[in-house]
Parts: sequence; structure tokens; C-alpha cells
Amino acid sequence: MRDIRLLEAPFIPGTLIGPFTNANPGLGGVCTFVGEVRFDDGVEALELTHYAPLTLPGMHELADRAFARFTLMGLLMVHRVGQMHPGEPIVCVSAAALHRRDAIGAVDFCMDHLKSAAWFWKRERRSGAWHWIEPRDQDHADLARWHRPPVGDT
Amino acid sequence: MATVVILGKLADLAGAPSLALPLPLMAELDWEGLKAALPPALAEAIEDPRVRVAVNGALLANKAKLQANAGDEIALLPPVSGG
Repeated sequence: MRDIRLLEAPFIPGTLIGPFTNANPGLGGVCTFVGEVRFDDGVEALELTHYAPLTLPGMHELADRAFARFTLMGLLMVHRVGQMHPGEPIVCVSAAALHRRDAIGAVDFCMDHLKSAAWFWKRERRSGAWHWIEPRDQDHADLARWHRPPVGDT
Repeated sequence: MATVVILGKLADLAGAPSLALPLPLMAELDWEGLKAALPPALAEAIEDPRVRVAVNGALLANKAKLQANAGDEIALLPPVSGG
């Protein structure tokens, strides 16, 4: 079961997880990560823009790679675009598998790639002015973890 | 006419998220021609090797070899934001 979506409006992650779990009968474990807009100092809003011809197709390619790398039964990957406020969910990734390491690993893998290699541009509003968020070294380090030989990570 | 879609902070340099470039039907637009048609600050910014270019949704391996025609959509893609 594979469910990959971009959403323009607020969503409640809990409402996605039940149906996703039910859609994967016989699973051994489900791992879910939900990211929310942080209450950083002075941040009033966060805006994500995407480029339709690349962003959703890129998420599908990422899902293909997760299915190739881990033994999965299902993968849910939902990402917000548009304007959000602190405390609102921005991303939800859930993986269902027979064994926990595949589920946990797939979520970690998808999140690292969504954060640093997916086609999203973010800006935040502080004191009424918008500021673009630049790439961070930590994101590239997170991504590099998955380019090492996959010794014992299955 | 070709459409230029401008993402992320590059849109601030263009003053708009997209621009329409007048282009005669039979004319082809190359990288130098594109830069000449854009606001100077944007033309300079897209020289950054981290800026990628897509034509009709397909990423170019080498943006300097851009070839676009009337009706095409050219996207200017700065590095994506981190977490």
C-alpha cells in the first residue's frame, strides 16, 4: 500500500495512520514520524513552495528507492505546501513492514531525503518580513549516511 | 513565448514567481539568450553552479546547453532549503 501526497491545507496525521495500518493486514510493525513547524524565536509563519512537475514525481522516486532498499509492505508519505503556523504538521511518513528495522529505517531514510533533497523551498516570517531558509550542512551530513555501503542496515 | 518559472529566493530577484519571455515562434532560446532576457540580478544569480534548470519538467544535466522554444516552460531552481 503506497500513499504519496502533497497537501495544500492543514491535516491531522492521526487520521491517516489508522487507515494506513488497516490497509496493510498482516504487518509486523508500523513506524510513523510527524514533523511540525517549530516554535522558533519570533517565527510567525512558514511557507513552503514546490514545483509541481518535479516535487511529487521526486517523492514517488524516493518511495521507489525506499521500497528497493527496505522490505516494506506499505509506505505513506504526506507533505504540506503553502503557509503554515508553528505547531502545524508539515510532514508525515509512515512505513509498515513485517519487521521493525525495515519500518524504522525506511522512515529515517525518507525523512533525510525529504529534508535535504526534495524540491521544496522554505521561507519564514519574522516580525512581518519573509526570510528564505538556506541549505544546512547538517542536512547534507544526514544524507551522506545513506551513501555509505549499507553494511548491516537491513 | 516561453514561460520562466522562478523558485525560492530567485523569485525575489525577478520580482515575480514567473515571467513570460516574448519569443518568435521559430526562434530557439539558449543559455546566453535566456540570461540576456532576464533582470540582470537574476541573470547573475543563476550562474551559481548550485542553481539547476529544468525545461518542461525535465532537469538539464548541463544548463549551459539549454535549448528552449516557444511554448516551453523553463524552471530556475535554487538549492532546496534544509530542515
